Amino acid sequence: MSRIEFREVGVIAGKEFHDRLRNRWVLAVGAVFTIFALVIAYFGAAQQGAVGFRSIDVTIASLVSLVIYLVPLIALILGYDSIVGERERGSLELLLSMPITRFELLLGKFLGLALALGVATVAGFGLAGVLLIYQLGSGAVFHYAGFIVSAVLLGLAFLSMAVMVSVLAQDRMRASGVAIALWFVYVLIYDLILLGILVLSEGRFSMNFFPVLLLLNPADIFRILNIFGFEDVRRIYGLAAVFPQTLANPWLLGSAMVFWILAPLGVATWRFK
Amino acid sequence: MTNSLIDIRGVHKRYGEVRAVDGVDLQVVAGEVFGLIGHNGAGKTTLFKMMLGLLPATTGAIHIGGEAVRGAGFREVRRSIGYLPESLALYDNLSGLETLRFFARLKGIDVAGCPAMLAKVGLAAAADQRVRGYSKGMRQRLGFAQALLGSPRLLFLDEPTNGLDPQGIQEFYQILRELRDRGVTVVLTSHILAEIQQRVDRLALMRNGRIQALGTVQSLREEQDLSLSLRVVLRERGVGGEEALRQVLAGQGIEDYQLSNGVARIECSRAGKMALLGALSGLGAAIADIEVHEPSLEDVFLGYTDKLI
Repeated sequence: MSRIEFREVGVIAGKEFHDRLRNRWVLAVGAVFTIFALVIAYFGAAQQGAVGFRSIDVTIASLVSLVIYLVPLIALILGYDSIVGERERGSLELLLSMPITRFELLLGKFLGLALALGVATVAGFGLAGVLLIYQLGSGAVFHYAGFIVSAVLLGLAFLSMAVMVSVLAQDRMRASGVAIALWFVYVLIYDLILLGILVLSEGRFSMNFFPVLLLLNPADIFRILNIFGFEDVRRIYGLAAVFPQTLANPWLLGSAMVFWILAPLGVATWRFK
Repeated sequence: MTNSLIDIRGVHKRYGEVRAVDGVDLQVVAGEVFGLIGHNGAGKTTLFKMMLGLLPATTGAIHIGGEAVRGAGFREVRRSIGYLPESLALYDNLSGLETLRFFARLKGIDVAGCPAMLAKVGLAAAADQRVRGYSKGMRQRLGFAQALLGSPRLLFLDEPTNGLDPQGIQEFYQILRELRDRGVTVVLTSHILAEIQQRVDRLALMRNGRIQALGTVQSLREEQDLSLSLRVVLRERGVGGEEALRQVLAGQGIEDYQLSNGVARIECSRAGKMALLGALSGLGAAIADIEVHEPSLEDVFLGYTDKLI
């Protein structure tokens, strides 16, 4: 196996990132994150008859719901045509005739898109965070920073899946279909299925099988990462009863998230070669 | 061939039952301008892609500059290769100059030379214009410019004059002449055979994935033994002109000719050319002009393909 030339990886990544800066993708997504974060943080308790900024725990719990829906969708849309789009337009052939390996091209694509998504996430939620911390006090900084880091990791996991889909799909249309299907499965359906299993099994799997199944969904890992540190929130979600403390280790959850970033990329690399 | 820059041995490419390339052996010498011609679907582009390492051969081996094209060492060889694909797709959101800079960075070349390269292909005025607004000919010029980045010693040009206007074609072949003078090896395909017949040192005619003929244009003409075409313009008509010419042609056993208004178009075998010219010289002042036309590359191409029909 030839060694990786990071200069070439950087050229591809730089182009991907600059393309997203130039077409204002980063700006638009960052602005969406900021606006939604502030609106949800302020109006999150409107159903309970109150508005205004509350504790950082409750604010993050509200934002978790937003991130779980929005970030995977944006990441999948960002990455689904990264390879299949080049192939369909005909530019992949020219790229691969350059002194760059397929792995370097794939890595460069992923890193450039990851940087765009990361910058939009950090800037978008970071800007909202500055305003929230001004309201909620500096003690919230640590928790809020953890929330942003986990949101970036969640985005990267779904971006990695999108790049894998882009390598495997025959055309852009199918890639977009599979990307949307992934979003439905992981964000909307997966938890419902788990809940169904839980009910049908009358809780028999609750302490053994069920928590492990949660680790098979990066959206659930993100949710657990952000709510297990907060007693109030844990109570709201009712997870304390079903999720053992041993699996709630942030390092374990972080490692599971990193696995979700690396595994699809590994499959993509294998197939792309 | 010991000094082959490109060495292709026993290469096959199969897609299921389809044999896109079927047992090709080919060597291209350094400094040569080599043409690859054939019908659509003959296997030219597949062979091109295999030479660039973009497609793996089902069996056989391809070496360029001594390196296997699918080997790890081919990356360095790639730095000295320029490639213009048949279906050129560039990035619409980039300007011409940004496009060249992107490819220069990928090749590890100083981007400072990009404006000059754009000027060389006649795109200096459109350097900052987005590729989205380029015409097909401008895109082709830009594609050619990226292929020339880094002074490659080997160029693969797949239908390089696609979309170019007559001036663009002329400028392209002018650059090709300069490259040839500098010793650059060029492998090109074109379906406009008249264009390349004067510009290639050797060519291969591909059909159904195989090389059906290989050699110089002249050697292929001779191998085909196609008839030559003579255009004779008479100064005199009547008995001293047209009638005398008919007698000469009858004397040479030539029946395949047209004669009207003092101009004759005569088909004759290569072997009979000198005898015919000698006989025509006997008409003296009755003849105003004689032109000898070699069969075109198109005739040669059709001659080979007709043999198989």
